Amino acid sequence: MTNWIERNIKWIYTMPAVLFVGIMMVFPVGYTLWLSFHDWDMSNVSPPLWVGLDNYLTLFQDEVFTQALWLTFYFTIVAVVIETVLGILLALLMNQHIVGKGLVKTLFLLPMVATPVAVGLVWILIYEPNIGIANIFLQAIGIAPQEWLASPEMVMPSLIVIDVWEWTPMIALIVLAGLVSLPKDPYEAAIVDGANRLQTFWNITLPLLKPTIYSAVLLRLIDALKTFDIIYATTQGGPGTSSQTLNIYGYVLGFQYFKIGQASALLMIFFAIVLGLSVLVIAVRKKAGVSM
Amino acid sequence: MKKSFSRLKMAAGALSLIVGLGAVLAGCGGGNQAAPTPAQQPAGKTEQTIRLVAANHPWTEAVKTLLPDFEKATGIKVKVDSYFEDQLTQKTSVEFAANSKSIDVVMFRPLQDGKQFQKNGYFASLNDFVSKEQGLTDDIIPSALGSVKDGDNLYGIPLVTETEVLYYRKDILEKAGLQPPKTLDELKEMAAKLQDVNAGLYGFVSRGKRSPAVTQFSSYLYSFGGDFMKDGKATLNTPEALKAFEFYSTMLKDYGPPGTLNMSWPEAFGVFTQGKAVFLTDASSLFTNATDPAKSSVADKVGFAPFPAGPAGSKPYNITSWAIGVGANSEKKDAAWQFIKWVTSKEIVGKLQANGIPGALKSVWDSPEGVAKFPKDLADAIKANGAVGVPYDRPLIVNVGKARDAIGDTIIAGIQGQDIKAAAEKSNQDFQAVLDKE
Repeated sequence: MTNWIERNIKWIYTMPAVLFVGIMMVFPVGYTLWLSFHDWDMSNVSPPLWVGLDNYLTLFQDEVFTQALWLTFYFTIVAVVIETVLGILLALLMNQHIVGKGLVKTLFLLPMVATPVAVGLVWILIYEPNIGIANIFLQAIGIAPQEWLASPEMVMPSLIVIDVWEWTPMIALIVLAGLVSLPKDPYEAAIVDGANRLQTFWNITLPLLKPTIYSAVLLRLIDALKTFDIIYATTQGGPGTSSQTLNIYGYVLGFQYFKIGQASALLMIFFAIVLGLSVLVIAVRKKAGVSM
Repeated sequence: MKKSFSRLKMAAGALSLIVGLGAVLAGCGGGNQAAPTPAQQPAGKTEQTIRLVAANHPWTEAVKTLLPDFEKATGIKVKVDSYFEDQLTQKTSVEFAANSKSIDVVMFRPLQDGKQFQKNGYFASLNDFVSKEQGLTDDIIPSALGSVKDGDNLYGIPLVTETEVLYYRKDILEKAGLQPPKTLDELKEMAAKLQDVNAGLYGFVSRGKRSPAVTQFSSYLYSFGGDFMKDGKATLNTPEALKAFEFYSTMLKDYGPPGTLNMSWPEAFGVFTQGKAVFLTDASSLFTNATDPAKSSVADKVGFAPFPAGPAGSKPYNITSWAIGVGANSEKKDAAWQFIKWVTSKEIVGKLQANGIPGALKSVWDSPEGVAKFPKDLADAIKANGAVGVPYDRPLIVNVGKARDAIGDTIIAGIQGQDIKAAAEKSNQDFQAVLDKE
């Protein structure tokens, strides 16, 4: 018995993890894939019907799907770029010796730990066109009031602002952690060589920070692509379909239209996109010679 | 080492995605799986617990306060879970589709989910229960009963009825020396005349959000002589329908507050009860939101009138908005039925209606106590609507969700000042595609 355990110790130790991955990850994805080839409206009477690639074909001809695809990328790219730039700037600022740094860092955490649905509800009030504080603020500085989330043109930028507000601190904190752990000697060498501050930043800080920034961006990118909570809590994809990203459209297809097959197909496409994107980011990182 | 480590990162990244997606698919509900099954009691007076899955609705709130009476009389405990409308649909369908036995009694929207749920085999038939009770359904308003039947198969009992009425500000109309509008043209004239945008007062408010707007738009559609469909053909591009779309969206565009595109009833009522709109058209069953001083700053200034007449007369919807049924897989169907029988009895419906929740029993509507809690003009308006009402406020089909979105597209195009005719053609095509798949 002891012999058996000793011979198989590596399997025994990894078993819980393997089981967990199998049950919680492989099965749901596999089942979704299976469903994506079927037509099923959650009926207990008529079982899922095999339709081959129909669900995928329907989606590619569906302009709402194309729009959702575009909105997803628009939201993700704009939000992550703004968050990255702002996050790095904030981290640099916080790396200086300023009074109350600890307090500021704690305050930074607040948007991140708040429940996204609660964040969404708060922003609904802020953006409310009739009594919201956003319009009161705009009027105070002499700009005409906006309809924010209720305007098809303004809704995506308004949502991006929420996302930036909520997630910039995360990038800032990760970058700050990277900054703090940077070696000191390159800076001393730079001082000796007479580099100015901009040169030091561009030629030393930024290259050394690259791995940290890459990881922060990758984490954020994947998370932003999947954003569901703040959009569902504020607009449910509206007005009309103006903020209907892939995730929201999947929800609508599944739970409002009862088209589980199509919703599954959409999720599989989404899955492939996210997977492809993360492989790409990792490959780029490798090519840049950055390791962690 | 470096390489294998980055592989590991890649794998970890990939797995984190899968978890995320899995979570999306597995249903954004989370908590509240199966209700704990009570210990089986030996024979005798059984102590059972049944689970009622209900909507966040005044009905549910009022019933909760009456539950102790039911428990005392029958020994059956009722555990209530309540959700917002859309989440309720999602929650119940996911549980039913998983063949879960944990839903004993379910509150549902007959016109929204009824046909789909029935087709999917989620409901137990109530025929056997009802046939044992002589005349149980005789007192129910016939059209209400019709909305919970599939042929001869009864799968629910109506709970709440509603019709679209005109809410208006008595004080403002009185000051202007006006009577409440009798026609839609008068409504438009008065909205234009009484609106004072600089003072933050808008002429009219109603739902402008894609899907929620459709039910309130239906009365306008009928009153202009149109309908959603005829003999399986979509009729959203008829001249009558176009006029109705034009009228409804113009009212919101020209006389509505900013932001109507995102307004369902809570937002529309919010504007009205903040004293920022003169007129509102919405469901009668929501009236306490406007007349309760805790919720409304104009509580004592709200008047009610029947739905104004269009070119085809006044044709408001008059529907059963909520009904109650038994889950097909419930193991406590008898207890579930006992609860339904109790909660739809004349006594309880009388008590609920006395709390301002319009039920579906003729005798309660005819009794003085039944309408005592309703403002007199509202009771009159409901009665007037009842005589001319249309028994549906959305297409009577299975896939209501998609149809509502298709129809709502034209409303929001109109509110944005886009070409209504083109939008209606598109809606008509999309809606026809839904009908073709029925």
